[in-house]
Amino acid sequence: MSTPSRKDRLTRDEVAHLAHLSRLAVTDEELDLFAGQLGAVLDAVAQVGKADVADVPPTTHAVPMTNVFREDVARPSLPRDVVLAGAPAAEDGRIRVPRILGEEA
Amino acid sequence: MSELTTTDAAELGRLLTAGEVSAVDVTQAYLDRIEAEDGAIGAYLHVDAEAALRSAEQVDAARADGGALGPLAGIPLALKDVVVTEGVPTTSGSKILEGWRPPYDATLAARLKTAGTVLLGKTNMDEFAMGSSTENSAYQVTRNPWDHDRIPGGSSGGSSAAVAGALAPWAIGTDTGGSIRQPAAVTGLVGHKPTYGSVSRYGLIAFSSSLDQAGPMARTVLDAALLHEAIAGHDPLDSTSIAAPVPVLAESARRGAEGDLAGLRVGVVTELGGDGHTDGYEAGVLARFTETVALLESLGAEVRPVSCPAFDLALPAYYLIAPSEASSNLARFDGVRYGLRVGDDGNRDLDEVMALTREQGFGPEVKRRIILGTYALSSGYYDAYYGQAQKVRTLITRDFTTAFDGDDGHGVDVLVSPTSPTVAWPVGARVDDPIAMYAADLCTLPASLAGVPAISVPCGLSDGLPVGFQVMAPALADDRCYKVAAALEAAQDAARGSRFLDQLPVRSAA
Repeated sequence: MSTPSRKDRLTRDEVAHLAHLSRLAVTDEELDLFAGQLGAVLDAVAQVGKADVADVPPTTHAVPMTNVFREDVARPSLPRDVVLAGAPAAEDGRIRVPRILGEEA
Repeated sequence: MSELTTTDAAELGRLLTAGEVSAVDVTQAYLDRIEAEDGAIGAYLHVDAEAALRSAEQVDAARADGGALGPLAGIPLALKDVVVTEGVPTTSGSKILEGWRPPYDATLAARLKTAGTVLLGKTNMDEFAMGSSTENSAYQVTRNPWDHDRIPGGSSGGSSAAVAGALAPWAIGTDTGGSIRQPAAVTGLVGHKPTYGSVSRYGLIAFSSSLDQAGPMARTVLDAALLHEAIAGHDPLDSTSIAAPVPVLAESARRGAEGDLAGLRVGVVTELGGDGHTDGYEAGVLARFTETVALLESLGAEVRPVSCPAFDLALPAYYLIAPSEASSNLARFDGVRYGLRVGDDGNRDLDEVMALTREQGFGPEVKRRIILGTYALSSGYYDAYYGQAQKVRTLITRDFTTAFDGDDGHGVDVLVSPTSPTVAWPVGARVDDPIAMYAADLCTLPASLAGVPAISVPCGLSDGLPVGFQVMAPALADDRCYKVAAALEAAQDAARGSRFLDQLPVRSAA
């Protein structure tokens, strides 16, 4: 079953691609649902295009941002055992992670 | 219901300081009420009665020893579950963090601990603060104490329900697009979003970093001011923290309560419920708003309409900027260092495990926003969406500047609007319609995008449900919000002969 998106602004395939880029293993049902809902949302947010923004600079932050430095002083870090206790998998005092290289590597 | 649980926090502080009640008494009264009532309300995700009583005992012992204690020592408190708390489960309303016990305290949590407040528990919220009804929580629905069939607002809906329902004297919420002000409005509370950068974000689980701010949710303006003062101030651990002194807010609230607003220049924002901009606003909300503007005038304020044309585009700009920042911020939930990990069978590689973990750990609204943000930031669409939204953000900020600075210095001191276009809606009414859900934030988004402070204060009932009145001020002029809100509160309380929340139908079994 497919929910048609308004104006087909966002296709099911596009949502699948975006989900992959976002590292979300979405289901077929979600693809159908999101394509329709996100199409409607995109129609709504596309209204920003109405604004005349010639020569208007973008605002990235509400307050002026300057780089902040601190003294280069060694401070204690979080205790290793405490951090490892919150990790999904730990081994030999380290966080165990899934394979990061392909078979051919 | 124990009288202690309907006593304002400021009064509790006085009773505690005078030794007329103990911190254990107050804490136990709240724990009893939570035990009796929270099954029906669902405000809390986590309550640790033993830890709360231990903290209370320590305050009582310190007081007995004659130790110098701050004015908040012994007053219980609830924290929205977006605030990380050392050793106390913190989920941000998401399954991806189920069972996680953070190894450190957020700066504001540490400050409140140092002040001697007693943590009752962590409150429910829309997952990662994305929502306006708290129905996007991965754990439970939270009910509005005014009507259990209605939502408590969101995303800080656990905090609003707890405070309105007398399950906490006050609470911390966070506000990215209205998540303190809108839940405060629909539950009859005072809620304030501070100037961006004036309360540390260190240890708040990030949603949209250029917008997120923590602030107080309380039953009175003075209580909100006292709680705000306790968490404000520069923090070297937050690079966006403003190096300004802690603002004087409680004093502003006390002065405001004297009721003299002579000379205050108030601008009523046309685009937020004014002529030609009433679509989606309930008649009852607009009626209470108009009455409250008249009340401001009767207190001496000079009121005039002010047009902020770019505010019409605040909603689309926000729903591009916030999801874009969220798609980046939530990349940290990768199933590696903390939280959930799914599908790690020794064969799947990191990418597959990451995608399975995020698929299972995130709820639908979070996924929608991550996908939308990824789209808005992607090559070919960036300029039309994210870039354009950032320029609209500039226009919105300029509208505020023009309104406050005016031509030749004839600007207004504050801008006002309804806090939300509607009262609390029935549970379930908007869950399948993201656009309808987003519309709840129509009035609160401009102040978020510009980083200016804004408060919501109750201004009456519509169909028996609370309506909120929003007061916005220039950056770092949070004191004006408190002064005006306190004047309104005092005048309304005097006219009614009771506090706003005294109108709440008591559903207590106790």
